[in-house]
Amino acid sequence: MSIVEVSNLYKTYGPFEAVDNFSFSANKGEILSLVGPDGAGKTSIFRAVCGLIKYDSGQIKIASFDVSRDFEKIKPLLGYMPQTFSLYPDLSVEENLYFYAGLFGLKRQQFDEKKKLLYQFSGLGPFHNRHAGALSGGMKQKLALSCALVHDPEVFVLDEPTTGVDPLSRRQFWDILKNLRAEGSAIIVSTPYIDELELSDRVIFIYRGSKMAEGTPGELVQKFVGQVYQLDLLPTSERMQQLNKIEGITSRRFGASVHIYTRGSHTIEEYHDDLRRIGIDPDLITPVQPELEDTFIQFMGN
Amino acid sequence: MDKVGYIARKEVRHILRDPRSLMIAILIPILMTLLYGYAINLDTKNIKLAVLDFDRTVDSRELVAKFYNSGYFLEPETTPILSDPERILKSGQAHAVLIMPSGFAKAVTNFSQYELGMLIDGADANVAAATASYSRIVMGRFIEDRLPSGFELPGVRISQQVLYNSDLESSHFFVPGLIAVILMMISALLTSVTIAREKETGTMEQLLTSPVSPRQIIIGKVIPYIALALLDAVLILVFAVLHFGVPFAGSVTLLLFFGLIYIVAALSLGILISTLVATQQVAMMMAQLVTVLPSVMLSGYIFEIKNMPAVLRYVSHIVPARYFIRIIRGIMLKGSDMSVLWGEAAFLVVLTVVLLAIASKRFQLKIG
Repeated sequence: MSIVEVSNLYKTYGPFEAVDNFSFSANKGEILSLVGPDGAGKTSIFRAVCGLIKYDSGQIKIASFDVSRDFEKIKPLLGYMPQTFSLYPDLSVEENLYFYAGLFGLKRQQFDEKKKLLYQFSGLGPFHNRHAGALSGGMKQKLALSCALVHDPEVFVLDEPTTGVDPLSRRQFWDILKNLRAEGSAIIVSTPYIDELELSDRVIFIYRGSKMAEGTPGELVQKFVGQVYQLDLLPTSERMQQLNKIEGITSRRFGASVHIYTRGSHTIEEYHDDLRRIGIDPDLITPVQPELEDTFIQFMGN
Repeated sequence: MDKVGYIARKEVRHILRDPRSLMIAILIPILMTLLYGYAINLDTKNIKLAVLDFDRTVDSRELVAKFYNSGYFLEPETTPILSDPERILKSGQAHAVLIMPSGFAKAVTNFSQYELGMLIDGADANVAAATASYSRIVMGRFIEDRLPSGFELPGVRISQQVLYNSDLESSHFFVPGLIAVILMMISALLTSVTIAREKETGTMEQLLTSPVSPRQIIIGKVIPYIALALLDAVLILVFAVLHFGVPFAGSVTLLLFFGLIYIVAALSLGILISTLVATQQVAMMMAQLVTVLPSVMLSGYIFEIKNMPAVLRYVSHIVPARYFIRIIRGIMLKGSDMSVLWGEAAFLVVLTVVLLAIASKRFQLKIG
């Protein structure tokens, strides 16, 4: 059941079109991920959904309330975690929680109960007296999430919550999101990490304010056009330069190896001579299944 | 109302935990009071006076004693060579030389014509003017004492009399005005900085998605600063009355009432500034420029408005401190009440309402 409906959203900053005719919906009990390069318009979309910016045209509805008209009714339903840490560094963990609980109308007793739960999943209990500014990156994000959770919202909007967070904390963070999904919340999240997309129910590729593709991770992989090959050599900059000079193929760093894409129905065999010329043994190249990252790169490249 | 309380309490925590704003709020007013009370001293005292007494009578010595006992004049530290009065001034041994030709005693007994001479060092115009007027006062008092009661000197006599602040103490004049400056500084500067900080650090983004109205945010944020500003006002008042001996002739209630209106004007300015800037740094600079500086320079606090160029005179009309300084000086020094202050009061109220209206219209719940 869809709880967030965004249709034909436009947002410009002067001559710059940040969001260009963007539509999507988010359902209860679902994690929807937005992924795209910096400046693609993710933050503008999130801020518009959270009523923080005026948009030029389009419509945003949350639980059938219009954001531009009935935002006060939407606020209690909404939990927002901005991209930059936006809690008070000079207040302690508990004071930050208490402040937001108060703004959302929790009574002292309700807060004490909620606090226990939040400390349980976030592991922040032992640090409840520490100033928020003195927390590590991962703990800061968990505190921010806790503050966004304190009033049991039905819709979560999380703008790059795991950027700059260590891998272990990232996994813990996503475990929390999965729990929220199980409780029936709608979760809209943006991330620069492709591996996190695999954990999402639905993914939207966004580039220059426009939607490039949308679907489940599995569906998106299917949208890859062409062949993917893996070259088991280190992607040194010299090697990448040489590879990029070969007409007809595209090469990308892929971890400690290189992914080579051929177009349409072309295969790598047609380029063996070119590869040998720059000193690459074609035996080191094996065909592989496209991954979500390959699809993403292909969409961003077009 | 609950939510206003949460925001106000949070703001108090910020203030208590930030040594910078605490220092601005408590230390600077005290420092400024001391500075304006002592350092900016326009009173001319301790004028060094050398005396050339050719009369050498009981009467002439009595006049000299009157000069030195007046509190305005001092004997030179070194005994000057009296043969060359001009050199005394040039060497800086004295600011002025009083020359009494013989015949003084005779003249004061017979009420005959007599002329005293005085050389005054005009290098410091203030001191020179003060020396001239003080010596006339001393002379006048001496003659008055000598006249039989009911007897008047023939001819026209200029009678000077200073009303209100009759001691002509600068501190009596400056300290009440300082309250106006400090209230403006605390209210406008700190409010604009506290709102700018929420924008700069991104906390505004989180705050604005919480179910609070702009009015609740603003009221919650300014309450602690109103309290702080009033505390500062009382601090300076107590300091002014007890330490500098500034009189308090009028009604405390009336003063606090106008103080509150003035604070609202200052807070509105602060909020207005915060809507125009994105960082604390800029907010601070802008607040200095728009509120503190005009309150010092264009309010009649130090410089008289009527002596300003026409443009600045017009600008001074929209400086709230202009009206509040007249009100506070009137109440403290003259004991004025509404019957004479209504003009200033009306201007202050109108200005406050206009500022408040603009500020609340400009402050909105969007970040871009």
